[in-house]
Amino acid sequence: MKNNLFQKLTSGVLFLAAWASTAAWAVNDLPGGPAVRQLNLQPGATKIAQEQGWLHWFMLIICTVIFVAVFGVMFYSIWKHRKSVGHKSASFHESVKVEIAWTVIPFIIVILMALPATKAVVAQKDTSNADLTIKATGYQWKWGYDYLKGQGEGIAFISTLDNEQREMSNNGAKGVDVDNYLLKVDNPLVVPVNKKVRIITTANDVIHAFAVPSLGVKQDAIPGFVRDTWFRAEAVGDYYGQCQELCGKEHAYMPIHVKVLSAADYSAWVATEQKKMAAKQDDPSKVWNLADLSKRGEKVYAANCAACHQPNGKGAGPIKPLDGSAVVLDADKNKQIKVLLNGQNNLAMPSWKQLSDTDIAAVITYTKNNWSNKTGQLVQPADVKAAR
Amino acid sequence: MSAVLDSHGHGHDDHHGAPHGWRRWVYATNHKDIGTLYLLFAFTMLMIGGVLALLIRAELFQPGLQLVNPELFNQLTTMHGLIMVFGAIMPAFVGFANWMIPLQIGASDMAFARMNNFSFWLMIPAAVMLAGSFFMPGGAPAAGWTLYAPLTLQMGPSMDAGIFAMHILGASSIMGSINIIVTILNMRAPGMTLMKMPMFVWTWLITAYLLIAVMPVLAGAITMTLTDRHFGTTFFNPAGGGDPIMYQHIFWFFGHPEVYIMILPAFGIISHIVPAFARKKLFGYASMVYATSSIAILSFIVWAHHMYATGMPVTGQLFFMYATMLISVPTGVKVFNWIATMWRGSMTFETPMLFAVGFIFVFTMGGFTGLILSMAPIDIQVQDTYYVVAHFHYVLVAGSLFAMFAGFYYWCPKWTGVMYNETRGQIHFWWTLISFNVTFFPMHFLGLAGMPRRYADYPMQFADFNAVASIGAFFFGFAQVYFFLFVVLPAMRGHGDKAVAKPWEAAEGLEWEVPSPAPFHTFENPPKLDATATRVIG
Repeated sequence: MKNNLFQKLTSGVLFLAAWASTAAWAVNDLPGGPAVRQLNLQPGATKIAQEQGWLHWFMLIICTVIFVAVFGVMFYSIWKHRKSVGHKSASFHESVKVEIAWTVIPFIIVILMALPATKAVVAQKDTSNADLTIKATGYQWKWGYDYLKGQGEGIAFISTLDNEQREMSNNGAKGVDVDNYLLKVDNPLVVPVNKKVRIITTANDVIHAFAVPSLGVKQDAIPGFVRDTWFRAEAVGDYYGQCQELCGKEHAYMPIHVKVLSAADYSAWVATEQKKMAAKQDDPSKVWNLADLSKRGEKVYAANCAACHQPNGKGAGPIKPLDGSAVVLDADKNKQIKVLLNGQNNLAMPSWKQLSDTDIAAVITYTKNNWSNKTGQLVQPADVKAAR
Repeated sequence: MSAVLDSHGHGHDDHHGAPHGWRRWVYATNHKDIGTLYLLFAFTMLMIGGVLALLIRAELFQPGLQLVNPELFNQLTTMHGLIMVFGAIMPAFVGFANWMIPLQIGASDMAFARMNNFSFWLMIPAAVMLAGSFFMPGGAPAAGWTLYAPLTLQMGPSMDAGIFAMHILGASSIMGSINIIVTILNMRAPGMTLMKMPMFVWTWLITAYLLIAVMPVLAGAITMTLTDRHFGTTFFNPAGGGDPIMYQHIFWFFGHPEVYIMILPAFGIISHIVPAFARKKLFGYASMVYATSSIAILSFIVWAHHMYATGMPVTGQLFFMYATMLISVPTGVKVFNWIATMWRGSMTFETPMLFAVGFIFVFTMGGFTGLILSMAPIDIQVQDTYYVVAHFHYVLVAGSLFAMFAGFYYWCPKWTGVMYNETRGQIHFWWTLISFNVTFFPMHFLGLAGMPRRYADYPMQFADFNAVASIGAFFFGFAQVYFFLFVVLPAMRGHGDKAVAKPWEAAEGLEWEVPSPAPFHTFENPPKLDATATRVIG
């Protein structure tokens, strides 16, 4: 590869400059994600991404040639036409012919550049005839995936950054040498290979962006609106992306992991997933006891609430503490249910209505009976259902 | 009136010196004093914005969070952008305009001297409010300098302070622009026709029209944000049927002309320096004027190239792609003209020329990455990554800021009456040029590899280039402190060789017809000009 020579040269130079980081981390390239000291676009796993890579080389070469030619002239002039070498200045200061030439020629070059770009734009905007349609919903700060149409219809799950990696980040990532740092999620988006997958994006709170470089897709996820994009992965494997539109404090911590499986593996995954869903279905009218519900609430809390309110419930900065909070301790449990369902403070505390009745009931029960909060109150799923 | 001012003693009826003490600055109506105030203000803001940038780079030196939490990180990136754009670059060019436009057109002062004073002093409360927002509950605004809705609707009270500050800065800019337009159109010395005007005056005339056209658009966008936040409207809030993308359209309708507002005066400065040090007239004066006007007009129809990732229809993407690529034609004309000016000249390389050549070389790299970014399919890969960060720092730092350094060194003898220290100037140039490239060149690689911008922490694979960029950034920052302490301050204190009226052999223009330093009052009576309108003949 052309890159390798570059890479070796640069890494030699870099070793001196960046000894601190090179010495501290022994990190490898991440297939489907960034490589160490990568210089160019990630290798494309779809036709569109390869086309984008080709276009980038095409532009880079033309621009470099023009750049070298133009500045070759300038530096020649700087070398030859100096006062110190006794050059006397000429007196010309216009030439209609030359000026027309260097207006028209760049214009033609620009048109030539636009032709292949136009083809690529048209191709990447064509989201028709998809084999599988998935809705990606941006939440602060996680992704929700709903399989809308095609094999696996009805599957839905939330995909969150691995909590351990989030902790590593807080601790300064000292001595960490994981290749997928900040890219590991609990539930990757699973899709079949060689099938046209249409991603419909939307968001729950603010604008996010669904982006996976190696698949050649980037599409803003806009609250209140739906937009779409598509990809057809040509090889089985893992592909990584991250949210690419500023969405608040945890913007850097909502990665995207797309797992591309063979047709058979995908079918098997769909089957197990559907079984799991059937088993997981909670009966919202079930009456729970305090210990079980609190235990479940602890998990819900860790997955959804701890990032802001902290595992110790004390909050941080503008994030309000739950430990000792008047709303949590209030005898009227509907107060806290309302906050979770509708959000608060202009959605600085977002709405959590996408969680199930049982999960909301569990997490409220947990917060009412944990840390120094000892209310003994129990919120049943039916209470949440009634408040919706 | 003159009787009152004459009470301090010296001077006769029509000739009086500067007032003394704080009154000279607070009540300033002299274009030179106000120009100095603008430039000092802009440099102060450059330092504040620079400290924020260094905090960002320090945090990004290694993966993991070490210095700041992600909330503060977002505040830093947001405020760095706002302060640099609205507090440093824009006011600095207004400072140059105040100093140089009356001198270059043979006018005695700006048209509206008191409005000039007001538009400067308005910026102080705005800047205090903007920078002070860090100390408000919830910290400074953290929605990015573009202030995209609906994230702005989640911000704390500092967002309102930020909006108010931007309103005031916008009002100040509009007043400044009106002043500049009226001065240029009405106060030129007899004989200076439009097509004989110096290029810096031309570029500022066009810039001032751009400012008047787009600052109210920004004011509209942030006012709608304000009413969404407090008065129950839902312009941008989807929960009430609003459209967050409409905000982006309005913002970038302002935002794209804004980037030309920040670069056109730089083109003007370079168009003076290159001919002066090549000892040859500017090549293609008329085509420079036409190219500048074309860039200004095209800047109104390219805004949505900032929004390819929002999901525009095919035809929309194609239109904005073609229009954007077209801008490279007039921009290319300007670069070709500068090089043709240098061609077969008799060049010397004092600091102004070094910065001018550095500008042309490095700014053009930013121009080419701009052309690459304009291609929608490539932009889908690099939109909102460090590639964009690299691109706009190449055009705003190596473009606008380098041109201002060039302009400072070029006109410093006229402003202060002494020559700057040439060795120190050259140290400043090479130090700045090298550290700039060490900082921003690796960001191209980071962006291509997929590192998103505005990230407080990043995957390990990006570590080395981030470390290099951070090291470069600190060197770059210290270079500017050196510039102020060892170049600007000595010159302001009058240390250095005395400057003659025209210290540069082949410099042209009316500013070189008055003594150095320029007296408090110049061209009190309209000068009589020669046929080229570059010399005073009586």
